[in-house]
Amino acid sequence: MAAIKNAAKVAGLVGGAIAASSVQAVDLPEDRAETMYHLYDGGGVIAQGPAVLVRKSMLDRVALSGSWYVDAVSNASIDVVTTASKFKETRNQGELGLDYVVRDSLIHVGGSKSVEPDYQASTLSVDLTQDVFGGMTTVLLGYSHADDKVGEHGTPGWVGTAHHWQYRLGVTQILTPRWTASANLESIADDGYLKSPYRLARVFGSYIHENAPTTRESKALKLSATGDITPEGANNRRSLRADYRYYWDTWGIHGHTLELGYNRNLAPGWLLETSVRYYRQNHALFYSDNASTQMLYVSRNRELSTMHDFGPGATVSYTLRSVPGRYDIKLSASYQFIDFHYADYTVGPVGSAKPYSYHASVLNTVLSATF
Amino acid sequence: MRRFRPLAIVAAACVLAGASGCAIKPIEPWVKPYERERLADPVMKTSLNELPGRQRDHVYTVREGSRGATGVQGGGCGCN
Repeated sequence: MAAIKNAAKVAGLVGGAIAASSVQAVDLPEDRAETMYHLYDGGGVIAQGPAVLVRKSMLDRVALSGSWYVDAVSNASIDVVTTASKFKETRNQGELGLDYVVRDSLIHVGGSKSVEPDYQASTLSVDLTQDVFGGMTTVLLGYSHADDKVGEHGTPGWVGTAHHWQYRLGVTQILTPRWTASANLESIADDGYLKSPYRLARVFGSYIHENAPTTRESKALKLSATGDITPEGANNRRSLRADYRYYWDTWGIHGHTLELGYNRNLAPGWLLETSVRYYRQNHALFYSDNASTQMLYVSRNRELSTMHDFGPGATVSYTLRSVPGRYDIKLSASYQFIDFHYADYTVGPVGSAKPYSYHASVLNTVLSATF
Repeated sequence: MRRFRPLAIVAAACVLAGASGCAIKPIEPWVKPYERERLADPVMKTSLNELPGRQRDHVYTVREGSRGATGVQGGGCGCN
């Protein structure tokens, strides 16, 4: 009987959502401009550069956006210094987007192009967001397609191409006047040149070029809950967030990501965002630190190894100037620490090799305006 | 199978009721728009800005085997 009541409640929710879907209007994303300087420093790699984003609405139905992101990379990571030589290169990524409101739906169409000397990626995406059930439920459907060209320094032309198909499905639900929850599922299929032309695998102690399958399919499910935990009567608002993501793919990797966040207004104009994140995965089926059997596919790419990482992060934002209803300008600074540990990626002479680990710092500072 | 048949009938009836607005009253949204002021506060956002999310997603995607369901559009390699 209880099961029937629960089923009726769930079905009533669905029915109510359909019935109420025609009374809620969706909003365009807010007009905003951001400029950021970002830095990653860890494991012999330094990646830094500027980024900008601008979005402006017009006619109350359309918003145009554009962004540009630069990664200037200096790479002396452990796999590079042991099997190749340190290098520097720059990646530029540009994006254009259009948001359009049709009845109760928000449609986003976007395209991006990422260019570096030995890799080019072009992506097209479409996302549909719909508010239903009196605005208490938001449903997202999305699709992206990307085409990559893979090159190798010293080799004219491209050594391969890769294609990616991404499907997204998400639901965000208002639970109470203080709590929301969401579920997001993303499926990605890859086909083509998915290995690195530079990476070397180790077989019987000798280095050979890695060989990875030419297809991969993955799924990721993320569950989130966010709540306002401000005590009654308190002036400074605070919120709590918990995220969990489960990932699995046809290469045999299973990944778990757990993140907790706590945000708090410190004083008028000041906002503190804190988080702590833990991630762990098992190795891919064809990963080996030093293969002792002949395999068709073999890789020593440490991103495919058994590893975990952990780290806290914090962001402080200050409102420089605010004219309610017209514009506000904010300055933010962020720091994230990450500790990486690899269980089956070792460094040092064979026989006395030790599991590899390192830590990284991720920083950025952002000047943003909404208008 | 027999156990689930009544549930399916009730569910189908309620969905149809919601869609057509007939006799069986669907569940109304229980958090009214004027009660959502706390949910719209910037303190409830994961991040105040959009660009840091792209940096963060890129940092993790190129160093971990997992990918997707982060709400951030990827692009490019920038490997290592």
